[in-house]
Amino acid sequence: MANSINRKIATTYFISGRKMTTVAIVGVLLGISIFIFMNSLSAGFDRQSSESFFKTTAHIRIYKDDVLSVPLQPENENSVLIVNPKVVPTKNTIDNPEEILALVKQHSDVIVAFPQVNTPVFYNNGKSQIAGTTIGFPPVEGNQLYKIENFMVQGAVQNLEMNRNGIIIGSGIADRMNLNTGDNLSITSSKGVNLNLTVVGIFQTNNSREDKSKSYVNLALAQQLLREGNTYITDINVNVTDPNKAPAIAEELSTITGYKAEDWKAANAAYMAASKMRKIVITFISFTLLIVSCFGIYNILNMTVSQKINDIAILKAIGFNGKDVVRIFVYQALTIGMIGVVLGVGFAMILVNILSHVYIGGDIGNFPIGFEPLVFLKGILVGFFITFLAGYVPARKAAKVDPVSIFRK
Amino acid sequence: MILEVKNIEKFFHDPVEFKVLNDISFGVEKGEFLTLVGKSGCGKSTLLYILSTMDTEYKGQLIIDGENVTSYGQDQLAAIRNEKIGFIFQFHYLLADFTCLNNIMIPALKLGKLSKEEIEYKAMEKLRMLDMTDQALKPASKLSGGQQQRIAIARALINDPLIIMGDEPTGNLDSKNTQVVFEILQELAHEKGQTIIAVTHDNDFAKASDRTIIMSDGQIVRGE
Repeated sequence: MANSINRKIATTYFISGRKMTTVAIVGVLLGISIFIFMNSLSAGFDRQSSESFFKTTAHIRIYKDDVLSVPLQPENENSVLIVNPKVVPTKNTIDNPEEILALVKQHSDVIVAFPQVNTPVFYNNGKSQIAGTTIGFPPVEGNQLYKIENFMVQGAVQNLEMNRNGIIIGSGIADRMNLNTGDNLSITSSKGVNLNLTVVGIFQTNNSREDKSKSYVNLALAQQLLREGNTYITDINVNVTDPNKAPAIAEELSTITGYKAEDWKAANAAYMAASKMRKIVITFISFTLLIVSCFGIYNILNMTVSQKINDIAILKAIGFNGKDVVRIFVYQALTIGMIGVVLGVGFAMILVNILSHVYIGGDIGNFPIGFEPLVFLKGILVGFFITFLAGYVPARKAAKVDPVSIFRK
Repeated sequence: MILEVKNIEKFFHDPVEFKVLNDISFGVEKGEFLTLVGKSGCGKSTLLYILSTMDTEYKGQLIIDGENVTSYGQDQLAAIRNEKIGFIFQFHYLLADFTCLNNIMIPALKLGKLSKEEIEYKAMEKLRMLDMTDQALKPASKLSGGQQQRIAIARALINDPLIIMGDEPTGNLDSKNTQVVFEILQELAHEKGQTIIAVTHDNDFAKASDRTIIMSDGQIVRGE
């Protein structure tokens, strides 16, 4: 009852001060919508770049790292050790791939893990050759990780499983060699192995460098190209449930397997730094806008309090206490906040929608922005928080009004 | 005794130290119609603000309805003002954004003892008593000074307070309306047992009241 009268007074002030409250609402609207928009942009960029990342990179790569030689005997009081630590050239393969693979697959966060062998090759076309890289992997798991099926323009990844002598090539290679699925292609490896393969699929990633050089074959074929047996494995690729947890999982896998497990963040430190910087800039700009709109509400409520100082004195005289006065003005602020937030969310949706239909081209396609429920939720919460804050400060001032000093004037 | 003050002293500090009220003590009985008179600056309005509990910077004791409220906090005092005291100010002081009816209803809605319908009925009754029913739904700012003053009186009466305080309650009214207001106040005091304490410049008004306290230079000269 007593609360409802406070609300009624707040509503009356809200309506009687239409012009000012409208300005305040527009302030919140712009602040919140730009905040949500900028953060959606940031989330979109992140998603886009990690997506294009994971087209060619696994979340975690396990490989044999070069190690420095260590002295056989440690230095002690009696003997001084003179050593010249060096990277010992050992083979770069994983010794017991089957066992390691089984160990990795046991980890609860691992979705897919498979061995991979990369090898440089030449694609031969009569006298001319195209240099490139072929990737040997088990096709089903490989597809699961790299999502190659999304980029197939001819044939299918499954064909590789059925045809042990098949090869999937980039569209750039296919164009330059005039190849279609079913045609034969001869490739030569760095070890001088010459193989005649059947093209079973063509992919196009819109990254022309990849399209002009990359191809996929069965693991055994890649091993054959290197004149190695079926235990020759250089890399184990691992995808986990949450890419952001990759660093922690990589560390665990490293301990379990005894091999170097490198997560995608560590492998791409430069990219991560750039992305962090972009995030900071966007956060900074969006918060600046929020603070500006926060000051807008603060200003307007401050003005309302000054205008209504007589009313506040009367209300206090007829029995309203300080808390009631605070509530009246905080209600007003929150009403402004609520309308502003609702409109702001609507406006942000329109902005996001417009931008998501803008075509950029390349391997990006449309502008990488989408509706991120979390970002919207954050915007709504932040909106209410700043309006509450911006309303509370002038409301405190109003609560402290001394009615006697007003009546004396 | 419905209201009692003991040894009230009050200082103004700005611009120079100045004793406005000096050792004021008196009591008011239930149903008494009391007027405070004196020259401008004698401290009668200041005293009224202390009696009203709005001014808490004083020395001495203030006892309302048997409660010593001197040491009460602001929230408790606000509740006492809401329930037990009705105010009629010198310059009407209505809330300009509300209709007359709402202005009258606000103290009762704040008190929250009756339903909205009952309060509205009561407010209309007060308006009828003051012959203002036709103005009920007009915004308070659209009324003349005399009309606004009558609305303010209706607002002071809405919670049936024990004490009605007026700072020049008829200051803005012509002689006919002054008479109307006076009669209403007298009736409230004598028939409903509500206590009236009014500061006034109007000698006829003071003479017609039950008791008049005359003040001069912060002291009671006569009428203790």
